[in-house]
Amino acid sequence: MADVKSLAVSVVAADHEVWSGEARQVVARTTIGEIGILAGHEPVLGILASGQVRVTLLDGSVVTASADDGFLSVQNDTVTIVAGTAHLVS
Amino acid sequence: MGAQLRVYRQKIRTAQTTKKITRAMELISASRIQKAQQRVLASAPYARAVTRAVSAVATYSNVHHLLTTEPENPTRAAIVLFTSDRGLAGAFNAQVIREASELRTRLEADGKEVVHYLVGRKAVGYFAFRRRASERDWTGGTDNPEFGTAQEIAAAIVEKFIQPTEEGGVDEIHIVYNRFVSMLVQDPETVRLLPLEVVEGVEDPGTEHVALPLYEFEPDADDVLDALLPVYIESRIFNAMLQSAAAKHAATQKAMKSASDNADKLIKDYTRLANNARQSEITQQISEIVGGADALVK
Repeated sequence: MADVKSLAVSVVAADHEVWSGEARQVVARTTIGEIGILAGHEPVLGILASGQVRVTLLDGSVVTASADDGFLSVQNDTVTIVAGTAHLVS
Repeated sequence: MGAQLRVYRQKIRTAQTTKKITRAMELISASRIQKAQQRVLASAPYARAVTRAVSAVATYSNVHHLLTTEPENPTRAAIVLFTSDRGLAGAFNAQVIREASELRTRLEADGKEVVHYLVGRKAVGYFAFRRRASERDWTGGTDNPEFGTAQEIAAAIVEKFIQPTEEGGVDEIHIVYNRFVSMLVQDPETVRLLPLEVVEGVEDPGTEHVALPLYEFEPDADDVLDALLPVYIESRIFNAMLQSAAAKHAATQKAMKSASDNADKLIKDYTRLANNARQSEITQQISEIVGGADALVK
């Protein structure tokens, strides 16, 4: 693909938005295994196992966030990662 | 006569000191409203995401969940009452407590037994004074609610709801809290939290989004709903706590403003009276001197 489609990602905790922006890929761990999401993914609603969520940005750098007891929803190239407590891991 | 003047001056000083305190409290709560409102706003993306997800599962799966099914014959209900830890907020606590006791009367008229969960020292004090029982209470931190507390409350009430009625469980859960409408208006609000009425028109499909997409569920719809509903309840409770905190600061500001205004009025009135007393004291002294001089001349 000439023009790489991007995902709009937001990581949301109960009391604030942790991170949001454009990304190329999101890798998260659900209760039944790791899931990788690229642009054009079918809509998914999954329960996250506690662990890290890796977001690969358009320039190839990676943002890592830890999210506990949350879930992930994907639709129309929009990825929302929701967790009671979430924070960025640098 | 001098004594009266002294009394008035003392009262003026008292009012002035009180005014300084109430003015300071007014300014403090004015700045806290901002912060509390920002926290309400900051929690909005979370609440929105959770609500969307719950309506998506509810729309696209015919799952009957324990938390959404109406009990056939409800006999016991719980009220979660959100008040503040501190007073000096006008009718803030009184109105929400009144709302709760009206709800209690209504529920009892329907033949339901009512148990209470209390949040905030004011509700606890009210119940203790009247020797009423409460199931559980949480105090401290109502000014600046933490998500952990919301999770604790949610866990406690969900556990109670899941328990069979015969073993002391409840069939319905209502929450009563002050909603922050504006700086001037805080409305007590009653919401039935459980059993859940999912798809509350929060994210009405068909207006903004053409339709919710056909989701793939991981692991499956049942499990997703199992995990989502408690989260949804947590977010509703957290929202109630944040609203209540913002409303409390607004109510305090209003109450303290009118206290300061009243102090101003008192100071004005007493100053008038003091001037009057001083003047009549002088008048009397003059007439005494004149009278004395007259007596000496004769």
